[in-house]
Amino acid sequence: MTDIDDRVAERTRARPVRDGVALGLAVGTSGIAFGAAAVGSGMSAAQACVLSLLAFTGASQFALAGAVATGGGLIGGAASAILLGSRNALYGLRLADLLPRRGARRLLAAQGVIDETTAVALAQPDADAARRGFRATFATIYVTWNLTTLLGALGAGRLGSPQSLGIDVIGPAAFLALIWPQLRAGRTERAVGLGGAVIALAATPVLPPGVPVILAATAALAGALLSPLPEPA
Amino acid sequence: MTAIWVAVLITAAGCYALKLTGLIVPRGVLDNPRVRRFAELVPIALLAALVAVQTFGAGQSLSLDPARLAGLGAAVAALLLRAPFLVVIVVAAGTAAALRALGVA
Repeated sequence: MTDIDDRVAERTRARPVRDGVALGLAVGTSGIAFGAAAVGSGMSAAQACVLSLLAFTGASQFALAGAVATGGGLIGGAASAILLGSRNALYGLRLADLLPRRGARRLLAAQGVIDETTAVALAQPDADAARRGFRATFATIYVTWNLTTLLGALGAGRLGSPQSLGIDVIGPAAFLALIWPQLRAGRTERAVGLGGAVIALAATPVLPPGVPVILAATAALAGALLSPLPEPA
Repeated sequence: MTAIWVAVLITAAGCYALKLTGLIVPRGVLDNPRVRRFAELVPIALLAALVAVQTFGAGQSLSLDPARLAGLGAAVAALLLRAPFLVVIVVAAGTAAALRALGVA
């Protein structure tokens, strides 16, 4: 093997870790947005931090903060937050073969099953690289997300009203950014997104806060039943 | 405040349980292609619903907040320009904040 081959091999080996750390830093930093949104919604800094430490899944955390902001409907808010976390269960199905199969290590790995770790792990060419990418992403984003949650939570109190800082726009803008690549991916995805939005808005005046968002899952059900399936591989 | 703590802990427990469920569920649950497709589409439907409700909702009524709409419009523009996640968020919040500070909206 030549030096060049060695170097190429080394670079290929480092790639999942480098990608994971970069994504972890970039996305983890938006914990500051969550901390600010959570405190702006009426949660305490401690509540924002505990949610980041224990729930550790951005969309669900923003959803609960949104429910707190609208006042009342906390059970519906928690329910829709948990329902939003259901995709992590589906990620877990795909990651189960890659992650520790039993014991404390599996319990720890489970906390890291989120969008970003899944994206990095599934982008790797083999199982070993996938594991290294998962670990690097999980470690980086966990530390960054929790530190910046604390910063955002502490800062928001001093800087003025959440409305004047535009913090009420952070939640919807973050969700839109998170689903944007999928909306671009296909017509069914766009139809389901639009359907979910219309269903939730139509239900908002007649159902308790939180429930309209859960009802939007029917758009996904319709999409799954009505859209043509990809050819089996 | 106590009610919020309860909601925080329920959400945390539920979110962790779901993450673990995926790792311990018997293989083959997603063999049905329609089930798998539903699983793929659920987050899109729910997140789009949240975007709509948090943009147009005010409790159990619908309302139009010009600054908030402009902020979301700025987010769409940033996304069309392929801006990174954090830039999208800053542009959205900054637009709404600037319009409110200027008293335009």
